[in-house]
Amino acid sequence: MTKGQAPERSRAAVKGQSQAGYWLYLIPGAVLLTAIIVVPLFWNVYLSFTRYRGIRPPVWIGLENWQELFRDSAFWASFQHSIVMVVAMVILPTGIGLILASLLFDLVGRRFNGKVAGLLRAVYYLPQILPIAIAAIVVGWILRPEDGALNDLLSAVGLESLQHNWLGSPDTALLSIGAVLVWIQIGYPVVVFMSALQRIDPQLYEAAELDGANWFQRFRAITLSGIRPEIFVVVLTCTVAALKVFGPVYTLTRGGPGDSTVVPSYYTYTEFFTAQRVGYGATIATALTVVVLLIAVFFVRAQFRLAEQEEA
Amino acid sequence: MSLGQPKQQSQPKQLQTKDGVSVASAVVRQNRRRRTGTEWAALVVTVLVAVVMGAPLLLVLLNAVKSPQDFADHGPLGLPTGIYLEGIKTFWEAVDFPRKVWNSVLISSLVAALGVLISVLNAYALGIGRIKGRMWVLVAFLLATIVPQEALLYPLYIMFKNIGLYDTVWAVVIVFVVIHGAFGTYLMASVFSAFPRELLEAAALDGANRRQILWRVVVPVCRPTLAVLAVFFFIWTWNEFLIPLSFLVSADNQTVQVGIATLQGERIMNVTTISASALLGIAPTLLFFLVFQRTLTRGLTAGAIK
Repeated sequence: MTKGQAPERSRAAVKGQSQAGYWLYLIPGAVLLTAIIVVPLFWNVYLSFTRYRGIRPPVWIGLENWQELFRDSAFWASFQHSIVMVVAMVILPTGIGLILASLLFDLVGRRFNGKVAGLLRAVYYLPQILPIAIAAIVVGWILRPEDGALNDLLSAVGLESLQHNWLGSPDTALLSIGAVLVWIQIGYPVVVFMSALQRIDPQLYEAAELDGANWFQRFRAITLSGIRPEIFVVVLTCTVAALKVFGPVYTLTRGGPGDSTVVPSYYTYTEFFTAQRVGYGATIATALTVVVLLIAVFFVRAQFRLAEQEEA
Repeated sequence: MSLGQPKQQSQPKQLQTKDGVSVASAVVRQNRRRRTGTEWAALVVTVLVAVVMGAPLLLVLLNAVKSPQDFADHGPLGLPTGIYLEGIKTFWEAVDFPRKVWNSVLISSLVAALGVLISVLNAYALGIGRIKGRMWVLVAFLLATIVPQEALLYPLYIMFKNIGLYDTVWAVVIVFVVIHGAFGTYLMASVFSAFPRELLEAAALDGANRRQILWRVVVPVCRPTLAVLAVFFFIWTWNEFLIPLSFLVSADNQTVQVGIATLQGERIMNVTTISASALLGIAPTLLFFLVFQRTLTRGLTAGAIK
């Protein structure tokens, strides 16, 4: 970004190029952004103040939907499920990803073979490119109660007592989805962290090693502090993704059994298209948007403050 | 190769400090010492994790070619006793697979091409034109990438119904050109703002107008980054779920993802058909991933540095 601030005079030196004409290039993008994002977003906020079932025009009812939202235990439960999603999509993958990336980079890549490290990284990344509908099918039958691979494996090693209807019982359904999401997510932090580590001079690790620092000490002193910006980016993007998660819930459990795996986005979807309570669905969606935006602002500010502290 | 030079300049500084000498000496030193227990443990742990993570996909491959009888006899973990392709055939016909693949390819390619185009146009105004108020414009584009799709869903649904785009691939294409293009705008604006000014000045002195500078100087120089962006857009769009699910209701217009998810809900399939569908569902992405792996790795590195 430092190069972004080019000196003023060089800009003026591009002869005959007034700044105003560049606006023309922004017109298609701005029109599309307005039509597809800005207008629908405000429209959705408006709908949250109406009663609307999709057929007759929306009726303004003021804050009624919002009052209902705060009383709605199903809504709060869906947000609690989001916390499980944050653990599964942010905390665990980032933690595991940090350890894996640093093991691969510091030990496997440096002491064995860079090719092996690259191959392992590719395997970790594979679930990331897996479309969620496919991942759900794979996981769906692995976790099937009667002839699924997991229960089969458990009985093969003599742990029949642990066999379970993983996605079909309320006590394990959410955790099973969580486990699937950990599997899907790990590749992302590993790949980002490993490319961030490229920036660190390998001699730093060499020097630390000669000074007797063990792997964990090197991990804390060099890896963690060296790639902090990337950790921030990964945590932010994954948190936002975790709050918005829809596909895995829809394809694996459709929110069930009961309401045990309903998340806000799935709740919105069913309000829109199943219950036909569009106004209330819009209210949930608006609430979710506010939370997502607040978290994004919080992260970006925290990151700025940290960067300032380091400079000072 | 005169155009290769600015590309080098835009490389991050950190890479240049890693001169050949230090890397070489590190390699020599590395081979001098014997590997310790911790290091072997690290190898074992990382390989084990890879095995666990790859296992589900291996299971798919194993069971996609099993006959139902074979599955009933030996369960999901046994090796197939023969190659049985009926499961794949059943699935192929049940979902009209070629049609679904065509829809997915069409949508993803259009989004990749148009999304990159719109990113370039926006970024040209923001990154090189540096129009007034660009900070706020950038924030608006950034918001578009963060806003949950659910918050746009119903208004878009009404809009597309009214203009007759509901249940056509175009509805999905437009939405993702804008959403992914917003990310592209953000990324390319920062790439373009680091674009060497001398090149722009030289082109202007040679009498190139603004449009020529964009298409003959800026775009060719940034082509590698744009290629990465296009690959990303393709894969992201291929994997999208909520919007295609909501807007593509008739079987003829559905993408691979939606087709498979709908089928899964509608009828009870046996395990070999399920595995076959998973195998066929993975195949295009995997193929794409292998073909573009180098572009992607380069892109991931570039993206992470930004």
